[in-house]
Amino acid sequence: MADKVLPMREALRNALREEMIRDERVYVMGQEVGAWDGTHKVTRGFLEEFGARRVRDTPISEMVIAGAAVGSAMAGLRPVAEIMTINFAFVGMDAIINHMAKVRYMFNGQFKVPMVLRCATGWGNQATATHSHTPEPIFAHFPGLYVGMPSNARDAKGMLKAAIRDDNPVLFSEVIALYPKPGPVPEDPDFVLPIGKGDIKRPGKDVTIVSFGRGVEWSLDAAAALEKEGVDCEVVDVRWLRPLDTALIFESFKKTNRCVVVEESLPYYSFGSEIAAQIQEHMFDYMDAPVKRVSAMDVPLPYARDIELMALPNVQKVIAAVKEVI
Amino acid sequence: MADLTKEQLLEMYRQMVLIRRFEERCEELYAQRKIGGVYLHLYNGQEGTGVGSMFALKPSDHVITAYRDHGIGIAKGADVNRLMAEMFGKRTGVSGGKGGSMHLADRSVNFWGGYAIVGGHLPLAAGIALKSKYNDDKEVVLSFIGDGATNNGYFHESLNLSAVWDLPVVWLIENNLYGMGTPVEVSTGQPELHKRAIAYGIKDFGRVDGMDPLAVYAVAKEAVAYAREHGPALIESITYRYKGHGVSDRLYQRREQEMALYKARDPLTVMEDHLKQLDPGVESALAAIDAAARETVEAAIRYAEESPDPTYDDLINHIYA
Repeated sequence: MADKVLPMREALRNALREEMIRDERVYVMGQEVGAWDGTHKVTRGFLEEFGARRVRDTPISEMVIAGAAVGSAMAGLRPVAEIMTINFAFVGMDAIINHMAKVRYMFNGQFKVPMVLRCATGWGNQATATHSHTPEPIFAHFPGLYVGMPSNARDAKGMLKAAIRDDNPVLFSEVIALYPKPGPVPEDPDFVLPIGKGDIKRPGKDVTIVSFGRGVEWSLDAAAALEKEGVDCEVVDVRWLRPLDTALIFESFKKTNRCVVVEESLPYYSFGSEIAAQIQEHMFDYMDAPVKRVSAMDVPLPYARDIELMALPNVQKVIAAVKEVI
Repeated sequence: MADLTKEQLLEMYRQMVLIRRFEERCEELYAQRKIGGVYLHLYNGQEGTGVGSMFALKPSDHVITAYRDHGIGIAKGADVNRLMAEMFGKRTGVSGGKGGSMHLADRSVNFWGGYAIVGGHLPLAAGIALKSKYNDDKEVVLSFIGDGATNNGYFHESLNLSAVWDLPVVWLIENNLYGMGTPVEVSTGQPELHKRAIAYGIKDFGRVDGMDPLAVYAVAKEAVAYAREHGPALIESITYRYKGHGVSDRLYQRREQEMALYKARDPLTVMEDHLKQLDPGVESALAAIDAAARETVEAAIRYAEESPDPTYDDLINHIYA
């Protein structure tokens, strides 16, 4: 089957729809997923197609959205629960950390938790401090969860399908700014990208740029600009914060001996911190420069456009970081 | 005597005595440090609520509770040897020695576990009930709720969702008058907790005397039947815990007068009275049940003591499926 150019939201919609057709146990729940067609229109038309039994609008109740998804997954359904934006996942944090991640372990494997918690994520657009988190590394801290965030439409389809088919609980983050971005997407209903497998988005030999989500776009743009200056960057998209494809990162680093980590999230106790630690622990003999981190600034996000942009990572910051390690 | 046969009444008594003896020995074993951890929440005094209500269920119905879970597990039919082994942290325990006192579960008898974050299991109960509704299984979830859990967000969100989705769940508030050391009247604007049901559009089955297992059974039977056909139901059972919130709770032991009042209506005694009324010659049968319960618990302790400890493989196993 051929590829079709689709925006990421449509790729996600197709993935979800195909999995609902494929498996009767898969159902959707969350705020505005039904009659409203989904806050981000990923579930557009689902209520009409699948009915209210499988497309379940919920009250504004994040604790029970996450927790009831866990209970129904333990009991044998395969929920895809939506938290409108990941900022609100903090309200349901206990259910996510203590039960979604831990019931399997705590009860010695008596239960499986085959569920996906879809969250829209990302900074920008003057959404202000409480609505501008990209906190995926916080969730990736906890064993028991998988955490994925696609960087383009194709990956979005393959990764979401993998998440739904897997028997483990997955926190699946979708960057709001990427929803409208088009890209080629396989139409094959069995196109699945394995959980925990990263991807080289651009091969290169001089510097490894490790990123995920929206950071991949900044990294690729930076690599294109740097190519003109004779610097050949390899862009590694980990796709999954957990399980993390360290093998792919190390393989690239052995070749380049230099690394820049690019993320949308905050700098302290971050994705960048983890990658830097992994490289110095396992790749010390290959290191030709310290690992450089590009992230959001260590501030809550303000409203005013100019200072908001000042706080965010961008292509120029990635270019500057690469120049520091070569 | 409700609609139960003498054999069923004796079985009810057997379960309550077994729970009482299990808990008494757990308290001793904790003092001897054979049971570890910093938590041990005993069910002594509340047996009438657990056993009475679960008697209204079918084996295919589901039970979930908070951290005061030993007695609930026993009444749902979990293996007593393996429950005790879990208390000891042994690999033969129901949770492989990884859950402990507060996290007992036995999937094979639809006992979905004890949960240690106050209210945290209520959305899970809703989710399990959703499975039943989704598949039209006609299975009911009985979710125990401590009075202390009625004031956090989990209670509100879960009860509301159960109402808007008409979920087959019975919310059973075990009101033992204290959330840790704080009396219900100090923590709760409306201390008649069953009245919460009205605000959520849930069928209110009112207050029941939790020290009388037959009274609990009678109302639970109605509530379970209602939940199976129509949707969520709520019961408030007034009961009393003889031990502290946890075994280390000293404050509670001073409530002597109040405790004496409740102990005078001990659920085991109440049940004995019911049985004697039915059959004045039942006394020797009751004594035999008690002796057998004591032996079952001693055998469970031997099983636990002789069981192997968990290994490194257990430490790293079951994080993912």
